[in-house]
Amino acid sequence: MTYITKPKLRHPGLPKNNLGFTHRDYEGSISTLCAGCGHDSISSALIQACFELDIEPHRVAKLSGIGCSSKTPDYLLGNSHGFNSVHGRMPSVLTGANLANRDLIYLGVSGDGDSASIGLGQFAHCVRRGVNMVYVCENNGVYGLTKGQFSATADKGSKSKTAVNNDSPIDLVSLALILGATFVARSFSGDKTQLVPLLKAAISHRGSAVIDVVSPCVQFNNNPASTKSYDFVREHNEAVNRLDFIEPRAQITVDYEPGTVEIVTQHDGSQLKLSKLHGSYDPRDRVAAMTYLQEHHAKGEVVTGLLYLDPEPEDLHAHLSTVATPLNMLGEKELCPGAKKLADVNESYR
Amino acid sequence: MPEPISATNDFVVKFANVNGSGSASANELFAKCVLRMGVPVASRNIFPSNIQGLPTWYEVRISGANWLGRRGGVDLMVAMNPQTWDKDVASIDAGGYLLYDSTKPLPPSKFREDTNSIGVPLTDICNRTYTDPRQRQLFKNIIYIGALASLLSIEPKVVEDAIAAQFQGKEKLIAPNVKAFRLGYDYAGEHLAGACGLKLERSNEVGDRIFIGGNDAAALGCVYGGATVAAWYPITPSTSLAEEFGNHCHEFRVDPETKEHRYAIVQAEDEIAAIGMVIGAGWNGARAFTATSGPGISLMQEFFGLAYFAEIPAVIFDIQRGGPSTGMPTRTQQSDILLCAYASHGDTKHVLLFPKDPGEAFTFAADAFDLAERLQTPVFVMMDLDIGMNDWLVPPLQWDDSRRYDRGKIMSHDELEAGKIFGRYLDVDGDAIPYRTLPGTHPTKGSYFTRGTSRDRFAKYSEEGAVYVDNMQRLLRKIDTAKSLVPAPIRHDAKQKARFGAIFYGSTTVAMEEALAALETRGLHLDTLRVRAFPFSEDVIEFINAHDQVFVVEQNRDAQLQKLLVNECAVDPARTISILHYDGTPITARFITGAIADRMNLNQRQEAAE
Repeated sequence: MTYITKPKLRHPGLPKNNLGFTHRDYEGSISTLCAGCGHDSISSALIQACFELDIEPHRVAKLSGIGCSSKTPDYLLGNSHGFNSVHGRMPSVLTGANLANRDLIYLGVSGDGDSASIGLGQFAHCVRRGVNMVYVCENNGVYGLTKGQFSATADKGSKSKTAVNNDSPIDLVSLALILGATFVARSFSGDKTQLVPLLKAAISHRGSAVIDVVSPCVQFNNNPASTKSYDFVREHNEAVNRLDFIEPRAQITVDYEPGTVEIVTQHDGSQLKLSKLHGSYDPRDRVAAMTYLQEHHAKGEVVTGLLYLDPEPEDLHAHLSTVATPLNMLGEKELCPGAKKLADVNESYR
Repeated sequence: MPEPISATNDFVVKFANVNGSGSASANELFAKCVLRMGVPVASRNIFPSNIQGLPTWYEVRISGANWLGRRGGVDLMVAMNPQTWDKDVASIDAGGYLLYDSTKPLPPSKFREDTNSIGVPLTDICNRTYTDPRQRQLFKNIIYIGALASLLSIEPKVVEDAIAAQFQGKEKLIAPNVKAFRLGYDYAGEHLAGACGLKLERSNEVGDRIFIGGNDAAALGCVYGGATVAAWYPITPSTSLAEEFGNHCHEFRVDPETKEHRYAIVQAEDEIAAIGMVIGAGWNGARAFTATSGPGISLMQEFFGLAYFAEIPAVIFDIQRGGPSTGMPTRTQQSDILLCAYASHGDTKHVLLFPKDPGEAFTFAADAFDLAERLQTPVFVMMDLDIGMNDWLVPPLQWDDSRRYDRGKIMSHDELEAGKIFGRYLDVDGDAIPYRTLPGTHPTKGSYFTRGTSRDRFAKYSEEGAVYVDNMQRLLRKIDTAKSLVPAPIRHDAKQKARFGAIFYGSTTVAMEEALAALETRGLHLDTLRVRAFPFSEDVIEFINAHDQVFVVEQNRDAQLQKLLVNECAVDPARTISILHYDGTPITARFITGAIADRMNLNQRQEAAE
């Protein structure tokens, strides 16, 4: 983690977003991950997404578990509160935080060990509850901090320097689809043009948004026999669509050739312009998405892009009928029934 | 043959039933009838971890003198379970009574000569009156209540009113139940006049008190205390706390117009997730709690350490049951004291509250949220099955409308804007409690990174030894601060100077009070101290040091509070004598009286011999 503080100097000509913030306002501490780590690219994509979406940095809450990926919230959005919780349990902490204040944007950053091994249960239940969040899994197939053991997302037959993985892999994207996530995507840390719009769309989504980002571990799992290496993903990346995120106030002015582009409007008015790369792929068909993923995984391809979207999702707060005011803003007046009511309560126990 | 026991407003009735037979509501009706006669009762449900078919008991202590603990012994056994007949019959005090179903003749060997058997042909009455098997089963229970009412001189109107109250909203059921009651009442009146020396007389001892279970009362305390987030996982005996919280919220926290909820309850996938949600919500400024029991506490350990170290408010209700492991899930104990006091790996210390009954469960529940936010740490409300799942007679619950929630040290947007220095772990006020900010407070000031790893006073990661020690020492000082904030122990001195003292806590209190009175009549005097919280205040050390010997009465095998006292208070362990009751049933006054009297008498004899 951070021993060096970043210099506060800023170039006066740095571009500002509509809130007057520069890119620097969305940065965090200096990363202490290995040079070339995929996770740093994801942090950088998150910073760009928040900057471009004109999000007030303090309106984001960053939560993580334990592991290399879980350290990254320290390296972005330094003006946001962060919570580096315990291994595999970020989803429950995020759920509780979200219940307390529904007005913030919840960013959960996790890894494959954190989400698919120790935290598989919490990942599953958090998704099936429809917690309004962006859940980013920085997936490299190994435990980096403990030096290279396989995680549960490692493909069968993957090799490390000393071992072969014989266990079947867990695919978080397929799981998210089965569990009812209302936004499911996969991307690659080496493809920022794909990742940034996906993150922007996920942040605007009011429901459980899961993005599995293949993020190679340069130290322990970037070898030729790994399916989570830069080379493998570049060669086998099978993007189903290309997404452009269009903010609510922007207008789409260009006409597109029918059948090649689809516009999906989200509940907040933002529009997702999907350029179809695979003619028949419909990201609103959950069942078809699952089939597609299975077929292509069997062929050894890494399917990426926006895989599923429910444009009108319901989140946990809707299920619980909670008030619009964040629960952490309520005081005695709203919460305490008072002495007179207690006298009635007492009477009912006599 | 000893004299048949003769007692008015002071005896124990025990019902032996098969669970799932509808006996629970009939037995509760009996307790309510006694209360409606103005006579105090303490009722205890002794039940199996099962839904249907296993033995269950309901013990009703009737005490005009207001002893609300278990006395020990049985004066009248209502033996309705053939499986446990022999043991039930054996448990009756000599001269006591046995009420049984005399439809089928039983051999004389099934009865005792030193007790009085009262037969009522319950099955026969039922079968003659009802054809539906379910009705036969359910009304049989009401018929024995009828017979009891006649035997014990409970006014029939009292029972009829109680039936009407019990079936409020299901009025169709009132008449058939009254009919069944009358069947039993009339039979006993006709055939059993004078058969029982136990009597109830109308009294005013109940006063304005209420009859409520601790889980229910604690749930109300959560509503009054401003809890908005509850995350829990079902586990006996804590489940009803979360469920009652839902019921009370439904009544008090739903907007009448929009129907929106000013609360959120999540049934989590396990206890780990439950405490994770509580900690997430606490971090984000909502008052949050979970309710669980020993096994859940075991699972939550890692998170307790995080909340302690990262300084996040959380309220945990531990409704203790018999451990270790699955142990005795439907029996009571006080055996999680050490587990909670030092929960999680590494050096920790947690705040524990020990309510004595449902009344204090209400008060301490509400207080726990103030304490958790003031101290920014987990607070454990240490209840047990006896308090949680039994109805107790307690003074009416009270709330002061001028009371304001103590949200603790939260730095606001305006304070940050005005340039106030914010260091998350900076001890500004000298009480070792730092300021916190809530997420979303200010665009550029006051954000910090919460972590379970070591960090400096400004929340920056650090593995420097000195920085770590500085933080750990402050956490220790924070627990010192807690000593003056938690409920103080209550001392009660004997009428004359006493060399012996007794320390007790929680559900033991009621039996203890009765035991002390009994000891006093034997000329044995003790000063007492009821501990209501951990960390212990100086008063506790003073009390121990002021007596030659101090009995520590608890409901566990390993003398857990005594160990905590010795560990934390630098008192001589030789000064303490543990009185331990841990068979899973609530401790009785007779047990305590016997154990303490033996020891004190022995002591006196030894001194006389010297």
